[in-house]
Amino acid sequence: MGCFLTNSSLGRKLVMSISGCFLVLFLLFHMAMNVVALIGDGSAYNMICGFLGANWYALVGTAVLALGVLVHFAYAFWLTWQNRKARGNVRYAVTVTEKGVDWASKNMLLLGIIVILGLLLHLTHFWSKMMLVELMGQHANDLGLAPTDGAALIKYTFSKWYNVVLYLVWFAALWLHLNHGVWSMFQTVGWANDTWLPRLKCIAKLVSGLIFLGFAVVAVVFYAKSLCCGCC
Amino acid sequence: MNFTLKIWRQKDAHSKGEFKEYKVSDISSDTSFLEMLDILNNDLVHKGEEPVAFDHDCREGICGMCSLHIDGHAHGPSQAVTTCQIYMRQFKDGATITVEPWRSAAFPVIKDLVVNRGAYDQILQAGGYVSVRTNSVPDGNAIPIPQADAEESMDAAACVGCGACAATCKNGSAMLFVAARVSSLAKLPQGRVEGARRAKAMVAKMDELGFGNCTNTGACQAECPKGISIAHIARLNREFLAAKFED
Repeated sequence: MGCFLTNSSLGRKLVMSISGCFLVLFLLFHMAMNVVALIGDGSAYNMICGFLGANWYALVGTAVLALGVLVHFAYAFWLTWQNRKARGNVRYAVTVTEKGVDWASKNMLLLGIIVILGLLLHLTHFWSKMMLVELMGQHANDLGLAPTDGAALIKYTFSKWYNVVLYLVWFAALWLHLNHGVWSMFQTVGWANDTWLPRLKCIAKLVSGLIFLGFAVVAVVFYAKSLCCGCC
Repeated sequence: MNFTLKIWRQKDAHSKGEFKEYKVSDISSDTSFLEMLDILNNDLVHKGEEPVAFDHDCREGICGMCSLHIDGHAHGPSQAVTTCQIYMRQFKDGATITVEPWRSAAFPVIKDLVVNRGAYDQILQAGGYVSVRTNSVPDGNAIPIPQADAEESMDAAACVGCGACAATCKNGSAMLFVAARVSSLAKLPQGRVEGARRAKAMVAKMDELGFGNCTNTGACQAECPKGISIAHIARLNREFLAAKFED
């Protein structure tokens, strides 16, 4: 049974589905955590940052998460390579978008690559200035901030307009990716039928919309606050 | 009506193909697409040229023999019909119509617009059947089947195996075809007995023949001449995964 996850098309899709589901759950958690940064002076957010610092459980969590991303990413390239081969060398001269087919569903790899690039940028902005600094045994990052002062780091990062733009592009790609991905993972494990397909697509829109808004509102609100010159 | 046709011409499986332009004129609006190709071929034969090879048989939408990718759509621009059920009145007078063969690595071109769809037959041979005792005809009501199940089974059984799903899919996946065959039998008590073996065998053959992985775009469902739903793909996934976890 172990090898059907690699040698069968449906097994490979199952891996994509389960790893994707895991990442969606993480995103929901991360989004909920970020929204806390909007409340009060940031001490509540920093409390969560302290809890998720360089502890063994946070490290194990990070490692599992990285593995999830890696598996989803590696399988995506593998499946796409096989799919291109299956499509053949000669392509249609005339192509159209079929009725009811989302653009995102045909461009999941492209959207996924944007998401990964955004993730790398995000790790540079936050993870390398927080958990990594703690792991290195230092008490301040290169910005002179304490590694557990996540609220100050958010404030600093989103005071730069170009960061806000980059993050919004990233969130939009994630939104489109999840718009297809969330209902698709139910279809792949077989939890769909004619009654539930439209419902699942609706749920996917709600989940992806919620994740997009939750992330975007933090970036936009902190940028708006930075324009207020400290008056709010 | 007058049309300019851009048709893929390819001498045989090993030759390189190319598009050639042909003009057809004075075509009645009630001419079917295949009849229009017959008229073109008649002209070509009279001119001493090689006629365009294309697949067709029943010409009433039930055999699954006709194919053709017309102006970017498998079976042309209309929904839920086969190529033989398309009429020239559905095109604009003077239009240029591009006609291509199915494009999929598992469906190699044999000549012009004819592709080898033998891969679908091989998938069926792997498990798309029921093993039954061929004694005398059983009583019609001996095995009661709920109406909803019978309907769902018949919806899936409407698949004519034309190949439009794999030809349309950007991944060259045959999942809608395999799902329709698995689903039509899985919903009936006679087919349930071999359900697990069937799902595993047909998926294994599909993979072996080089069809791609389904990414749930739904393009197959949109272009299927029989309107087969991707909900059947969910059932195939369910049947296959349940069978694998039971192993």
